[in-house]
Amino acid sequence: MTTGLDTSDAAADTLTGGPRRGRVRKGTRRGAPLPLLLPALVGLAFLLLPLVALLVRAPWRSLPDQLTSPEVWQALQLSLVTATAATAVSLVLGVPLAWLLARTDFPGRGFVRALVTLPLVLPPVVGGVALLLALGRNGIVGQWLDSAFGITLPFTTAGVIVAEAFVAMPFLVISVEGTLRAADPRYEEAALTLGASRFTAFRRVTLPLIAPGIAAGSVLAWARALGEFGATITFAGNFPGRTQTMPLAVYLALQNDPAAAIALSLVLLAVSIAVLAGLRDRWMTAAS
Amino acid sequence: MTDGRLRDGDGAMTKPTAPADRGFADEGPDKGLDARLVVHRGAFHLDVALTAAPGDVVALLGPNGAGKTTALRTLAGLTPLSAGGHLRLDGAALDRTPPESRPVGVVFQDYLLFPHLTALDNVAFGPRCQGAGKAEARAQAAAWLDRMGLAEHAGAKPRRLSGGQAQRVALARALATHPRLLLLDEPLAALDARTRLDVRAQLRRHLADFEAVAVLVTHDPLDAMVLADRLVVIEHGRVVQDGTPSDIARHPRTDYIAQLVGLNLYRGQAEGHTVRLDAGPAITTTEDLDGPVFVAFPPGAVTLYRDRPTGSSARNLWQCRVGGLETHGDQIRADLTGELPLAADLTTVAAAELDLQPGAPVWATVKATQTHAYPA
Repeated sequence: MTTGLDTSDAAADTLTGGPRRGRVRKGTRRGAPLPLLLPALVGLAFLLLPLVALLVRAPWRSLPDQLTSPEVWQALQLSLVTATAATAVSLVLGVPLAWLLARTDFPGRGFVRALVTLPLVLPPVVGGVALLLALGRNGIVGQWLDSAFGITLPFTTAGVIVAEAFVAMPFLVISVEGTLRAADPRYEEAALTLGASRFTAFRRVTLPLIAPGIAAGSVLAWARALGEFGATITFAGNFPGRTQTMPLAVYLALQNDPAAAIALSLVLLAVSIAVLAGLRDRWMTAAS
Repeated sequence: MTDGRLRDGDGAMTKPTAPADRGFADEGPDKGLDARLVVHRGAFHLDVALTAAPGDVVALLGPNGAGKTTALRTLAGLTPLSAGGHLRLDGAALDRTPPESRPVGVVFQDYLLFPHLTALDNVAFGPRCQGAGKAEARAQAAAWLDRMGLAEHAGAKPRRLSGGQAQRVALARALATHPRLLLLDEPLAALDARTRLDVRAQLRRHLADFEAVAVLVTHDPLDAMVLADRLVVIEHGRVVQDGTPSDIARHPRTDYIAQLVGLNLYRGQAEGHTVRLDAGPAITTTEDLDGPVFVAFPPGAVTLYRDRPTGSSARNLWQCRVGGLETHGDQIRADLTGELPLAADLTTVAAAELDLQPGAPVWATVKATQTHAYPA
């Protein structure tokens, strides 16, 4: 009886293919044709080799000293603080922006959406130059900020946050917008009929419903902000303790102290792996 | 309480209750609902007048796409009224009032219980929004759940509730805001047949206890007839008939309603006992009428013969052809085409004896006493 069922199940699997087929790993591997298998393995090696090299050449013995040096700590601390602040800025501005794009209909919405995603594909250095022209001491908004409030952003820690948020926010907006589109807007309508204002409906119903998307978007934005280099060095410069984040420190160290550069890189690699582990459930399961 | 309301409902069934007879237009509707729901959206046009007194349960009945749900959404304020429409509830104009400020509760078709909140917090949501403190709102919610017999499920998240339980939580959530107008969108459509029977009976009880106006939308005539005191039938965005369930069941005025209540329906000109159909032959009836009329008779009143009956006294005799056959309960329903298209019910044995096949010619008779004619 049992064997009979098993056979029919197996037969069904073979016939239907589909998602269940993916679990039959043995058969898939044996069946991979060489013209696909070879470049695939080369590609895998290409992606992994640099990371392996980083681990092989790491100055493991002097690593504790390298990592406890005040310069490294300063850069790491600055990176963590600015990336977190940039993520916070992205959340405060990006979630409402995502809501606007997903839930309202206004003329030119598609165009606005394209503009929002522009920083995703824009070379970060160009972003830095653009930020200087907008918020620099002589920028179109910056000169006004300077004269009216005495606020200058370029070459300050706040400038780092601005540069990182500029590059990171689109990741959050896109992620949250996608989640919002997938969420049923009628929950908001149900909240309205119960006497909730539109904002209360958003805060008490929509926000909890899209929390997973916000979390994923935040992690993405945070990781992007942490690795940000081009816009930061262009807009905020490279002053140790003030605007020198980890990626800038790595680049600088590579010129005079390669061992320190490797040590700093290892720290960023560890952070990246931690982020990936955090996203494991969301992405790896989605991909498989 | 329940009995009293039921008797009221029965009483209302016996007297004609066309909207004009309800007296709202004269007195001024300072109680209950007085609405004209007008929506123009592309090719779709909705224009439905709706009045109801407190305590009334009105069912909007109609085929899919007739505009029932749109009508409900305009009542809730989720779809704006177009020019020409108006909405007054207990004397107050609500046309421009946003949904959150209307004293209107909605039970949505798939309930839309907030998945991240427990049953208790779902019900407490409304009172909270109306300004009650957290503890106060929860106490009210607990009382509502208790009333619905759901006290032990207060801490459950919606996904852990059965369909019937979720339906009652949704009803409690809508009632907890003390609405003056309760809207139910296909309240039983999401339930399986067995649960449906239970929930329908419970819902009927809760609606009978509800002291304000209730409007429910359904495409199921049984739900409408069990739950509502009055039916408003909508087709293509227009009211095609309005009356008590028994009135509508007895005197259908469109093919859609006739099909729902299982009657053959024809329109024609009456001259005494003869009704000359607009398209087709004449039908002899017992009623003595003049002018445009409807004639209706149930499929069970039709008798079929393979050969022209000679001894039959039936005046209504038509030659037909079998269009299709299907089982209908323990009977066979035959769709007949010919000079008078009609549906006939017969037993399986009779169908076999007549050797009914699609395309087979048959003679159909209906006794005049089994037809029912009424003015159009």
